[in-house]
Amino acid sequence: MELYKLTAHELLEKLKNKEITAEEISSSLAKRIEDVDVEVKAYVRTPEKWGQKRGQSPEKGDSPLFFETKGIPVSIKDNICTDGYSTECCSKILEGFKPPYNATVINKINEAGHSFLGLKCNMDEFAFGSSTENSCFGPTRNPWNLESVPGGSSGGSAAAVAGDEAIWALGSDTGGSIRQPASFCGVVGLKPTYGRVSRYGLIAFASSLDQIGPLTKDARDSALLMNIISGFDPLDSTSINIPVPDYTKDLINDAKGLKIGIPKEYFVEGLDPEVKSIVEEAIDKLKGLGAQFKEVSLPHTEYAVPVYYIIATAEASSNLARFDGVQYGLRAKTQGLIDMYKKTRQLGFGDEAKRRIILGTFALSHGYYDAYYLRALKVRTLIKQDFDNVFKDFDCIVTPTSPTAAFKIGDKVDDPLKMYLSDIYTISVNLAGIPAISIPCGFTKKGLPVGLQILSRHFNESALFRLAYTYEQNTEWHKMKPKL
Amino acid sequence: MKYEPVIGLEVHLHLNTKTKAFCGCSTQFGSEPNAQVCPVCLGFPGSLPVYNQTALDYAIKVALALNCKVQEHTKFDRKNYFYPDLPKNYQISQYDLPLSMHGFLDIELGGQEKRIGITRVHMEEDAGKLIHQEDCSLVDFNRTGIPLLEIVSEPDLNSPEEAYEYLSTLKSVIEYLDVSDCDMEKGSLRCDANISLRPAGSKTLGVKTELKNMNSFKGVKDALAFEIGRQNKLLESAETLLQETRLWNAKSSETLPMRVKEGAKDYRYFPEPDLPALIITESKIAEIKNTIPELPKEKMRRFIKDYGLSEYDAKVLTASKWTARFSEETMRKFSAVNKKPVANWIIGPLAGIAGNKSCEISALRISADQLVDLIELVEKKQVISNLTGKVVLEEMANTGKHPQKIIEEKNLAQISDSTSLNSVIAGVIKENPKSVADYKTGKANALMFLVGQAMRKSAGKANPKMLQTLLKERLDSE
Repeated sequence: MELYKLTAHELLEKLKNKEITAEEISSSLAKRIEDVDVEVKAYVRTPEKWGQKRGQSPEKGDSPLFFETKGIPVSIKDNICTDGYSTECCSKILEGFKPPYNATVINKINEAGHSFLGLKCNMDEFAFGSSTENSCFGPTRNPWNLESVPGGSSGGSAAAVAGDEAIWALGSDTGGSIRQPASFCGVVGLKPTYGRVSRYGLIAFASSLDQIGPLTKDARDSALLMNIISGFDPLDSTSINIPVPDYTKDLINDAKGLKIGIPKEYFVEGLDPEVKSIVEEAIDKLKGLGAQFKEVSLPHTEYAVPVYYIIATAEASSNLARFDGVQYGLRAKTQGLIDMYKKTRQLGFGDEAKRRIILGTFALSHGYYDAYYLRALKVRTLIKQDFDNVFKDFDCIVTPTSPTAAFKIGDKVDDPLKMYLSDIYTISVNLAGIPAISIPCGFTKKGLPVGLQILSRHFNESALFRLAYTYEQNTEWHKMKPKL
Repeated sequence: MKYEPVIGLEVHLHLNTKTKAFCGCSTQFGSEPNAQVCPVCLGFPGSLPVYNQTALDYAIKVALALNCKVQEHTKFDRKNYFYPDLPKNYQISQYDLPLSMHGFLDIELGGQEKRIGITRVHMEEDAGKLIHQEDCSLVDFNRTGIPLLEIVSEPDLNSPEEAYEYLSTLKSVIEYLDVSDCDMEKGSLRCDANISLRPAGSKTLGVKTELKNMNSFKGVKDALAFEIGRQNKLLESAETLLQETRLWNAKSSETLPMRVKEGAKDYRYFPEPDLPALIITESKIAEIKNTIPELPKEKMRRFIKDYGLSEYDAKVLTASKWTARFSEETMRKFSAVNKKPVANWIIGPLAGIAGNKSCEISALRISADQLVDLIELVEKKQVISNLTGKVVLEEMANTGKHPQKIIEEKNLAQISDSTSLNSVIAGVIKENPKSVADYKTGKANALMFLVGQAMRKSAGKANPKMLQTLLKERLDSE
C-alpha cells in the first residue's frame, strides 16, 4: 500500500488498528520524497546520496525518517525553529544556524506523539513573497504543473502536501502565505486567529501579523493538527489564554442556517474570470447545501495592500536587524564593525529582503512615521471594524483565495507590485487578526487548482471547519492528485 | 554678562529583580561572561520577550515615590540602532506612552528647599558590555536585558551642587524603596547630564551639551563645574557653542568631545509588537502605593518631632535607610529623654569608623544595644570619659565585644575617687612649676594645660570633671 498517499487521520486509524507501523509510514514517505522531490523541490538541504542514507546509523541532525519516527511525521517550514536542525528561513544570512531550542509548536507535536519529519520545507526568504521563488535554495515547483509556482511563501509545505511528499505540514501566514499556496496547490490551508497558536520559535517576519498554521490534505487533518498546536503559551505574550475546543467536533456535514457574506469588493476587476466562475460555482454548491448567502461590503478593502506593506515591512525591518554577523549565521570577512554589518547584510539578504528592509526603514523614519506608519495603523483599525460589522450578522465570509491560479515561474518575480497583488484577498485577514481557511474548489481548464477562502470572526475556527467539511463531504476536489 | 547654568539629569537605574526584564535569566553581578544568557536575551531568531511583573511593580513604586502620575495606558516601543552589545539591534524601551510622567523630587541645599520636576520615569532593557582587546572586541551579554529605569529630570537644576544634591536625594529615596543597589561602580546607577548656559534672568535656553561617562556623583558635579567654565569662556569670547555630546575624563578632569556621528540620530521608534500594551489599574496602583515605606523626608520630620533632633541631625541620620533604621533603634533604647547624645555618637565617631571601613554604619559589628550601653557608660554613669569612649567604640567595631567587657579587659574605667586623683594632681603640680606660677598670675590657659598633663598621667582614665575641680581647689588653696 502506498501509505504516503493517505491522510493523517487515515494513517492514525491504521496505526490504532495495528495494521501498519510508524516505521512503514516513514519509509513510504522517504521513498516518495526520494522519487519526486528532485522535480518538486519542496524540501531544502535534502541529504545527498539519499538512498544510501537510509538504514545507516544516524548522525546528529539527520532526518528521523532514516532511523526513528513516531506517530505521523509533520513537515515544517524553514522558519520554524527545530532543536539541532538547520533553520535558515531559506536565507543565506542564516547559513548554518541550528537553533538550540524548539518552537512551541514542535514541542506540542512531540507531546502529542508525533514527530518532526527532519526535513525543512522551502519558502520565500524570510517569508517575503508569494511564489517561493525568493529562496536561496531556488524555487519549488507546483506538483500540478512543474512550470508553475506553488505560491508562497509556504510554497514548500503546500507542494509537499499536494505532491504526497508530506502527510501534513506547518507553514506560516503573514499576508496569505499559507492560504495562497494552499489554493495554488489544491490543499487545505488554515491561518488561525492571531494569538491562537504560539509564535515562540517562529522566526518573525511581521510580529503583529504572523501565525503558524496547518497545510493538510483535508479539513479533518487540519482540525487534528489545530487541536495539537493551538493554545496559550507563557513564552508568547501575544498568545491568548482561552480554551481550545476539540475542532474535530466541528466537522459537521451541515451548512443549514449558516449566514455567509460575499464581499462585493472582492469580485471586481483583477479577478481572473475563470477563477471567478469556479468560486461562484462553489458558492452555488454551498447554497444548495443550505447556507444562506448575501452580499456584504468591506469598504476599506482597497487600502489593505498599502497598509499591509507599510506595517509588515516596518516590523520586518526591525525584526531582521539582528542578522548582523555578530552572533550566528553568515559573517562576511572584513575589517571593522560597520563594514562587517554592511557586507554581511549585502551578501546575506536577497533582493526582496533588501527591498522590504529599505521600505520598512523608510516608513519608520523621522518625518515619515506619522504619514505612513501611524496612518497605516489607523486604517488597520478601520479594516478590523469592517469585519466586526459584517460578523455582527454573519457567521462567515466567502471569497476567492487568490485572484488567479498558479502563475508561471519567472512571470512576476521581476515585478514586485504585480506579485504583491497575488495576496490581495488574503492580506485583510492578517490585518484584522481573524481566522481563514483555503480549501480546493475546482480546477482551471489548464488543470490548476483554485481555492475558496472562508473567513470568520476571532477564535471562530469552528465555523471554518464546519463549512469546509460540509463542502468537502459534497465534492471531490480535495481527493484529486497531481501526476508526478 | 553673568550666565546662569541650566541642568537636567538623566538617571539610569538597574532594578534589583532576581530575573531579567523579559526572560528568566539571573541578574546577579559578577558572573563569568555570558553565563547568564538565553535565546530571549541573546535575541535569537524566533525568541519572544515576556514581561517581568516584579520589574513593572518596582518601576511603578519608584514612579509613585517620585510623585509621578502613573499612566493608565502604557506600552513598550522598539528603539532601533545597530551596536554589537545590543543583540536584537533594537532596545525594548518606552517612547510616547511612558509608564509615568509629571513628578517631582524636593531637594534641600543650604537650608533652602527646592522642587525639581521629574519629566518621566520609564522602563527599558539594558544592553551588554563590550570588552575591547588589542586585536578584537568581545561581548558579554550577562547585563543584556536587565530591567532599567530611566528617570529624566526637568532642567530645573542651576548648579553642580544642586545636581549633586538631587542625585543624593534620589539615591536615598530609591534605597528606601529597596528596588536597586544604586551602585555607580557596578553600573547599577548611571547618570548623564544636559547643561547649557543662559544670561541670568533669561527664559530662553542656550545651546546644550550632553555629558556622559561620569562614574560617581562627585564626577557629575566636577564635570558640570568644568563644563560651566568652558561654556562661559566660549560665550564671553562670543564663540559659537556646538550642540554636542562630551565625555568626562576623570583623570584629566575635563570634558572632551565624543566622536561625532554623521547625520542626526533616528531611532525609528515604533510600538513593540511582541508585547501587548499594558493597562495599569487604579487598584494596582493603590496596592503598590501600600508597599512604599516611610521615605527619607517624612522620616526626617518624624525624627525631629519624636526625638527632638535638630533638622541637621535628623537629615544626616535619615539619608541612608540603614543608618536611619539603626539610629531609630538606638534612640528608642536610649532611656534618656534627650536623644541628642545618640545623634552625636552616630554622626561623629560611628560615621567616622564606618567611613574608614567604607561601609554602612549598620554593617559594623556594633548592635544598637551595645551602642546604647556605651553612651550610657560615658554620658550617664561616667564610667569612662568621652575620649576613652571613642577608643572603646573603635574596639567594639573591630571585635564585636560589649563595651563593658572592653573596659574591664583593658582596665579603662575612669578614676573618680579623690585620693587617687589627688596623688596624680600632686605629681603634676610638682613637675610643672612654671604653669602653676602662670595660673597664679591669672593665666586661665595654664589650668587647662595642667588638666591635660594630669589626664595624660592617668592614661586618660581620670574623670575630667572631678580632676578639674580638685586641681582648681588645690591651686587656689595654695
